[in-house]
Amino acid sequence: MRRRIVATVAGFGVLAAAAVLLAPLAGSTTISLSRAFDRSIPFADNVDAQVFFVARLPRVVAAALVGAAFALAGAVFQALLRNPLASPDTLGVSAGATLGAILVIAFHLDISAFGVSSIPVASFAGSLGAFGIIYALSIARRRGTSTTVLLLAGVALTALLSALNRFVTLIADFTDTFRSVRWMMGALDVGGYREIMAALAPMLVAFAIIFSLPRVLDLVSLGSEAAEFRGVDVKRAERLALVGASLSTGAAVSLGGPIPFVGIIVPHIVRLMVGADHRVVLPASALFGAAFLIVCDLAARTLFGPVEPPVGTVTALIGGPFFLWLLFKRQR
Amino acid sequence: MNTTALPAAPATSDVILKATAVSFAYDRARTVLEAVSVTLRRGTILGLLGPNGSGKTTLLRLFAGTLVPARGEITIDGARLDSLSRRALARRLAIVPQETHSAFDFSALEIVLMGRYPHLGPLELEGADDVAIAREAMRATGTRGMESRPFATLSGGEKQRVVIASALAQASDLLLLDEPTASLDLGYQFDVANLLRRLNRERATTMIVSTHDLNLASALCSELVLLKGGRVLAQGTVEAVLTPANLRALYGIEADVSVHARTGHMTVVPLGRAE
Repeated sequence: MRRRIVATVAGFGVLAAAAVLLAPLAGSTTISLSRAFDRSIPFADNVDAQVFFVARLPRVVAAALVGAAFALAGAVFQALLRNPLASPDTLGVSAGATLGAILVIAFHLDISAFGVSSIPVASFAGSLGAFGIIYALSIARRRGTSTTVLLLAGVALTALLSALNRFVTLIADFTDTFRSVRWMMGALDVGGYREIMAALAPMLVAFAIIFSLPRVLDLVSLGSEAAEFRGVDVKRAERLALVGASLSTGAAVSLGGPIPFVGIIVPHIVRLMVGADHRVVLPASALFGAAFLIVCDLAARTLFGPVEPPVGTVTALIGGPFFLWLLFKRQR
Repeated sequence: MNTTALPAAPATSDVILKATAVSFAYDRARTVLEAVSVTLRRGTILGLLGPNGSGKTTLLRLFAGTLVPARGEITIDGARLDSLSRRALARRLAIVPQETHSAFDFSALEIVLMGRYPHLGPLELEGADDVAIAREAMRATGTRGMESRPFATLSGGEKQRVVIASALAQASDLLLLDEPTASLDLGYQFDVANLLRRLNRERATTMIVSTHDLNLASALCSELVLLKGGRVLAQGTVEAVLTPANLRALYGIEADVSVHARTGHMTVVPLGRAE
């Protein structure tokens, strides 16, 4: 088992590291990796290094963090609800986080206290609230929790929250509206490292919680009673997983907006490659999620000529068909 | 006899599991179990019979510690159940539910290894000895050959045997089985019954088996408890308990009970509804 974990982390780690290092090279100005890392040239004179570290790397790092956070949240939601179609987007959790963030922007509550910005906090509250609703429903119908009911509830909740999001955007003034709309499309040109640091703390807490749970998630995916019979404190585990996945989603949304489909696609692709055991699925999802979103963002900013679609468009273009394929596969 | 590395229990007294005057209700309106006393002796198979809703599954959950009795007490090897942690109890007894589904594509070996959960620390990985125990449990249940097959692709009977292997890897000497053959066809019912009998004979595995199959119960069990409306209607040896009068009281059925000539087991043939 240890060898399997090490091999997985190494393999996906190399992939993610390569994505982080190579993605900043592409763009309107061509730069070279060796020149960017050439310490003999002073930073002030090294244009390649400036483009690499100042102009492009923050965006790539943001993509990596957001991708990892959505992928981990998706993997946890899927195990917790024993449902492969569960994800931050399909359950309305992303929409809840978006509502939290947009309320803060629209009503100018964007303050920070003790180094914690209010946007990630509001996103977390929104995602926790949304998942709380879905989760209460799944517990109420524990005997034979129906996939259809949960997903329908997710659809209804997403529609409701999106309507609220649009309404709040509409009544906000023009500059806020522009900011909100861009946010809702999902965008990773976050600015600089300061914005990343604001989301990093809640993200790291979420990751620490999630990475304490892999074995419990394996057992819970057999059913909560089956897990209890094997000695799992299911209530405590479910509460932890809920907080971890919601916090992860909230932090990701506060940084990059509700970028769709990463949370559902990545865990599935990873499971096809490494199997079902969450001790490999979780690290692989985080690393592959990072690489996946970096590549999607790279495609968004390089492939479409003069227009640059939001990265959410690219993940949706890939994710939409994938989701349909998954549904068809389950029908059979 | 027992030459294996499966986790063994400390042998104390003859009585392994004991419920004394246990009552339970899910809500105030309806009492599910009323003053039920059951004693399980080491090395025996106890059959739990009763119509739907008679409290069989509830009693198993109480023994498993996932429910707590409102009155009365349950002890395992003389220790009160509520004095043990969830993990400590899971190391002592394992439950085989009627059916097991996995949301993801775990292999059969991975399912069996999940039985090792209560034996490991929170982030501890299974070691070579855990894998050896899992493989031994698979050998004992005749599932060694399906080790790397996805659990979801196994047949009903194969799945049930893999789940029994998982239970053995968890707690090899005390299994509680909830209608283990209910969703299986005749061939698989026979396989599972045979497996349980063999585990009991060769490893002295103690079991409680709840079932609706009277012939399975008489062929497998050394003792029976008949539950009706949450109370014990009768308990004792198969011969003493499996009588036409008890079956009439239990199911409202007139039945012929006789000793089958070739197997020597009691067989029950329902004749009709009791007037």
